[in-house]
Amino acid sequence: MGDDWPLFEVFIRARSGLEHKHVGSLHAADARMAIEHARDVYTRRQEGVSIWVVRSSEIIASDPEEADALFEPARDKVYRHPTFYAIPDEVKNL
Amino acid sequence: MYTQALDSPTPDVQPGDAGGQAALQRRFDERIERDEKIEPKDWMPDAYRQTLIRQIAQHAHSEIVGMLPEGNWITRAPSLRRKVVLIAKVQDEGGHGMYLYSAAETLGVARAELLEQLLDGRAKYSSIFNYPTLTWADVGAIGWLVDGAAIMNQIPICRCSYGPYARAMVRICKEESFHQRQGFEIMLALARGTAQQRSMAQDALNRWWWPSIMMFGPSDASSVHTAQSMRWRIKRFTNDELRQKFVDITVPQAQFLGLEIPDPALRWDEDSQHYLTGAIDWSEFKAVLQGNGPCNQERLRARRQAHEEGRWVREAAAAYAAKHEGRGSRHG
Repeated sequence: MGDDWPLFEVFIRARSGLEHKHVGSLHAADARMAIEHARDVYTRRQEGVSIWVVRSSEIIASDPEEADALFEPARDKVYRHPTFYAIPDEVKNL
Repeated sequence: MYTQALDSPTPDVQPGDAGGQAALQRRFDERIERDEKIEPKDWMPDAYRQTLIRQIAQHAHSEIVGMLPEGNWITRAPSLRRKVVLIAKVQDEGGHGMYLYSAAETLGVARAELLEQLLDGRAKYSSIFNYPTLTWADVGAIGWLVDGAAIMNQIPICRCSYGPYARAMVRICKEESFHQRQGFEIMLALARGTAQQRSMAQDALNRWWWPSIMMFGPSDASSVHTAQSMRWRIKRFTNDELRQKFVDITVPQAQFLGLEIPDPALRWDEDSQHYLTGAIDWSEFKAVLQGNGPCNQERLRARRQAHEEGRWVREAAAAYAAKHEGRGSRHG
């Protein structure tokens, strides 16, 4: 059957002003074909104005097993949110 | 959707470490219980992974083989409007197959392996696509009934516990509703047409009704996977529940068309507030599933032929990519 073409992750900008967002993946022989396939697979209904593709093997992801170590330190820092601070109601524009 | 390239071998637990396995299993069960999504790199029990690979692959194969019965009518669509719509629909089915193969690959199976299983006949796909499309009315009946049943099946999968599958289904369901509406519109045009057109519409309903309601799979009593899949929140409703919903919404639509559902036992039941159907002939379902439907061989032959005839294109593209490796241009 032969090997698959390399895998690419696809990111689409829905309209100008928005960030590119991950939408899925596909196989393609090279980057240009990946863009063309992404057009056909992910933008049949004007879902985008710009496409990024990146080889999946180039993405470095955090390990779910380490999620606690990575994200736990932010959990008790509620003072980073504006609602942490008590301001009297009559004070405006804060 | 992240795939094998990103699959870290998750369990840091040695095979003999029963305590570690039990802890992972417990955490997985709790996450399912809380309706959290499971993502590709998360630990999951092997049976969950295998069940998903099987189900998502079958689903993908169904989309791909499902292009064939309707593709049969593209060159003979009765107007340019019907033709562009049918092309768009068939193209969507191809796209849906691609989303689903990507989702399956996040579980660690290669696309080439899935394709091979389809082409050598090991993989299953929805048995509905092994029936022929004899007249233009069949294109209407497929959109109305087959896509209608598919939507009924797929909407709950948008909430499936496995993230990539759920996300693919959201995308698919969004695109699918035009499929059903265009089918109903074809049926409506025929039902309001000449006597001959009305009889074409009735004939199509006669042939597609039973296979469509069998699409929900065996009844709950004999469904081997339902209970486990519901515990894992891959499935949210049983086959019979979904089938009943489909019958309840479809019967009034047939009445609107002035067509008759080919089931003399069909009746409205005041007590349960449901339409009750006659007995389903499961022997036919099993025969088609086992490869003895009217078009099983033809469908696989068409897929194999397409694969063979595309070989030189794939090889040329790979050769071109290899030649230009490292010389590619970049765009911002």
